[in-house]
Amino acid sequence: MLEDDEIIREFLIESNENLNRLDTEIVDLERHPTAERLASIFRTIHTIKGTCGFLGFEKLEGITHHAENILSQLRAGQRQVSGNLVSVILESVDAVRQILNKIESTGQEGDNSYPELVERLERTAADTTSDAAAVATAVASGETAGAKPQPAEAAPSAPQAAEVVAPTPEKVSLPAIAEAPAPVRKENTPVIAAVTTPPPPAEVEKSSNIADSSIRVDVSLLDKLMNLVGELVLARNQILQFTSQHDDTGLNATSQRLNLITSELQEGVMKTRMQPIGMIWNKLPRVVRDVAHSLGKQLELEMEGADTELDKTIIEAIKDPLTHMVRNACDHGVEDTETRIRKGKPAKGTLKLKAYHEGGQVNIEISDDGAGIDAERVKRKAIEKGLIRAEQAAAMSERESIGLLFLPGFSTAQTVTNVSGRGVGMDVVKSNVEKIGGAVDIATKLGEGTTVKLKIPLTLAIIPGLLVTSGGHRFVIPQVSLLELIRLEGDALSKIEFVHQAPVYRRRGALLPIAYLNEVLKLPPTVSEEAKNIVVLQAEERQFGLVVDGVNDTQEIVVKPMGKQLKGLTCYSGSTIMGDGAVALILDVIGIGQLSGVLNRTREAHRSDAGEPATAEGQKQRLLLFKSGSFERLAVPLGLVARLEEIPLSSVEYAAGRRVVQYRDQILPLIALSSIIEPQSFAPAAQEAEQPDPIQVVVFSNEENTMGLIVDQIVDIVDEAVTMRRSNSPRPGILGSAVVGKKVADFLDLQSIIETTGEKFFAAPESRSVSTVLLAESSAFNRGLLRSQLEMSGYEVLEAGSTSEALQRVERESIQIMVIGSDLVAGDPAGMEKVRKRTASARIPILALGNAANEMPAGKSNGSLYDDYQLRFERQAMLESIARLAMATSDSRIADLERAGELVHA
Amino acid sequence: MLSNSMLSNHNGAAAKTSAANSQNTQVSTFYVGKYFFGIEVVRVQEVLRCQKMTVVPLAPPVIEGLINLRGQIVPALDMRRRLNLEPRKAEAVPMNVIVRTEEGAISLIVDDIGDVLDLEPENIETPPDNLGAEARELIRSVYKLKDSLLLLLDTDRTIDVGPTH
Repeated sequence: MLEDDEIIREFLIESNENLNRLDTEIVDLERHPTAERLASIFRTIHTIKGTCGFLGFEKLEGITHHAENILSQLRAGQRQVSGNLVSVILESVDAVRQILNKIESTGQEGDNSYPELVERLERTAADTTSDAAAVATAVASGETAGAKPQPAEAAPSAPQAAEVVAPTPEKVSLPAIAEAPAPVRKENTPVIAAVTTPPPPAEVEKSSNIADSSIRVDVSLLDKLMNLVGELVLARNQILQFTSQHDDTGLNATSQRLNLITSELQEGVMKTRMQPIGMIWNKLPRVVRDVAHSLGKQLELEMEGADTELDKTIIEAIKDPLTHMVRNACDHGVEDTETRIRKGKPAKGTLKLKAYHEGGQVNIEISDDGAGIDAERVKRKAIEKGLIRAEQAAAMSERESIGLLFLPGFSTAQTVTNVSGRGVGMDVVKSNVEKIGGAVDIATKLGEGTTVKLKIPLTLAIIPGLLVTSGGHRFVIPQVSLLELIRLEGDALSKIEFVHQAPVYRRRGALLPIAYLNEVLKLPPTVSEEAKNIVVLQAEERQFGLVVDGVNDTQEIVVKPMGKQLKGLTCYSGSTIMGDGAVALILDVIGIGQLSGVLNRTREAHRSDAGEPATAEGQKQRLLLFKSGSFERLAVPLGLVARLEEIPLSSVEYAAGRRVVQYRDQILPLIALSSIIEPQSFAPAAQEAEQPDPIQVVVFSNEENTMGLIVDQIVDIVDEAVTMRRSNSPRPGILGSAVVGKKVADFLDLQSIIETTGEKFFAAPESRSVSTVLLAESSAFNRGLLRSQLEMSGYEVLEAGSTSEALQRVERESIQIMVIGSDLVAGDPAGMEKVRKRTASARIPILALGNAANEMPAGKSNGSLYDDYQLRFERQAMLESIARLAMATSDSRIADLERAGELVHA
Repeated sequence: MLSNSMLSNHNGAAAKTSAANSQNTQVSTFYVGKYFFGIEVVRVQEVLRCQKMTVVPLAPPVIEGLINLRGQIVPALDMRRRLNLEPRKAEAVPMNVIVRTEEGAISLIVDDIGDVLDLEPENIETPPDNLGAEARELIRSVYKLKDSLLLLLDTDRTIDVGPTH
């Protein structure tokens, strides 16, 4: 059954093509009867007849049979061509066409068996003598050009008949060019029209546009040809390579010719998939006319560059968006005639379609000289429809407002017309165009008109790609994702820095996450370390650098699927065949980014940025930089450090299984920093064996206890304003990282180090009552640092990131003292005021911490906002101050209690 | 022209049916390890010598790589891995059995190629009960040759290595 449908479809396609040609040929035959033409017509009718019989279309067969009879009489010279005859034949052709249409839509021939036509055909066939005696009856009114073949000539005289030769029984060839060799004009052609039958009905159409000079080919055949040509190219390449090794001029010349021919063939076959955009523009004049007519507008359509070619699939994809936009322009763009006249514009609106190539793309512009788009009206509409808020609208530029047109559910037409404005609009256009890798842009000038510009890629099947190598494999990176190439050589190699283990590169000041392609794909590592190539890629809204072994060149590649077994691999988007015939994989940039983690990480980094404001810009800290294990740059605020010591290995002793050293008449426990921050790579024995002598120790201490951290090397002490990023993949002992001295450094988290070591040395002295300190600071990093200091000194610490949070804490918790950063004191005066009010009533003293002695608001230091002020990293002074304040509070509280007690006693 | 194309259509249909009838009786055979396998001959598009292989990093091990089959990119399955046999020796030159599927061709990498055999239905047996579950999934039946056994593979299951992650 399916097969039958296929045959009928084929039959319909072929017959329709033939019929279109028949119209022209029959009309030509009437004017200049030649044996050739007659033969061609006869063959066509005969073919249709034969197939009808085969397929069981009896009515069709009947009509064609009679038409064929008449034609065969003509061919045999039994009669001459006359207007009468031609009309009857044309009528038959029309009937055939109608039946074919019926078959196409219903699969059946239909009920109309055209009895009148058949009867006339029969009569005409029988009456062979009437032609000769054809009497001229006048006619010839309303002869319109082209569309209706009007009988215009009478029968030619006798000599012509002699010229008619039997046609060769060859098959109907593919549509020939309509113009056959110039017809020999007979010298004796009395022009007398003889018409007895009415002219054929109006629906007779001339054959359509380009059908006569083109062939219908299945696209899959073209695809196949393209593949074969690809193979041919590969074979050619091999031959060229082969012949270059031989010194044979004959062979060389031949292979050169093969080379040229192959290239041309390749180009030609590529072109077969291309179609002029005129293919889809053709129906637009009609669309414009209809729309203009129904709206009472006057419109003229101009088209420029209709021969601009695009890949067939793309042509198909933009057909509907284009039609929609043209309708839009007619409906919303161009004003009605009255308005135009009032505005002093020509009454007739102009719509212009323009297509042209530009930089490997095709641009299509649809411009009108209408009213333009009113940005304010667009905004109002968007607010009305709840697409945006009024405040948003106020902040929008004109361009942004025009962009609102692309939002789903937008239509600015005042009234909904039957032409456009059905709720689907530019958003659909945009998504359709973007689906094929294109872009839409609107440029408009109020009162002067609007231009919509579509940028469309030439083809989807062939994309430009960058060829790279990694771990001995070749890969292709689609050029659309490529931003730039960076090559690091020599000293520059160290420019790849590490945030923990995550490599980053400072690209024009901003950190670019780096992924190594061989690591992502688990390929063998690069052999040569002389240079590194970073391919900077854009994936979604983010960027990352991909380190590859080699960057080869860019190539136009043909994208091919990889087969369903490999569909699950998100790191590839397809595969292609290289010049040498080998398969290469096309990298999926987003997939690679996700696989390596660079995309996710940056996204989270953005999130945490928004959530936790980092240290205020411009705040300088004095930092100690040092090295440990694979951490090249570790940092800790110098204020936390008691001393830096070099201790000879010989003085290291063991106490209770721990390394200790006698230090100022005390026992100083030593802890290797790498055992905490890199426990997996830390081997104590190896560590000791390789240890430098003397060892570098950073000593931290509070009043009671001290602890020494063994590091590899002290690097530097710097004053730096740091903006720290908290780590998203927390590691023990690391708080986060920041750029210090133009390089990335990781900040130690002393508190967690103490927790990890489980050292008892820092246990709060039992003698002291535990006070709770509320630590208010906007920077989580600074809170972290202070917290560890305070906890080391035996306080319990609560944190607050803002004054409002601090207030909540004060309400809920029992707090003895509050330590607040100058950022909040100075940065949030109103909030600070409230905090002060609340804490004063709860008798909570406040210690303000700042970076410089003079940074506090003048006149506020005398107890109006806080009770004491200390520099942030003056540890000792700060702790003393806290102790003093805490003491004062407890004293006053005791005093309160005593007073209360007295009252009770009294 | 038209009638010609119709004729060829009909012929094509006829050819298909006759092929379908012989489907059960003709197998294309090949060797993997010490075993002798057969798959329906109609599913085999062609047999090729060792092809240049592009390895696909991160792909499941059973997929040995991609080959370029006259412009068509074809995944190649290592039949030794598919059948859980010991890996091929490095110096061995394997053969490609290209199998047709609805989603395009796929290549089975085998040690060597055997003949196309006509099977007599009476010598076909279901796999023995002691065959492991894994092998049972792939081996549809066993054909008793004079001095050896031919394992008939379920082609679709053999090539179904599924999408990976």
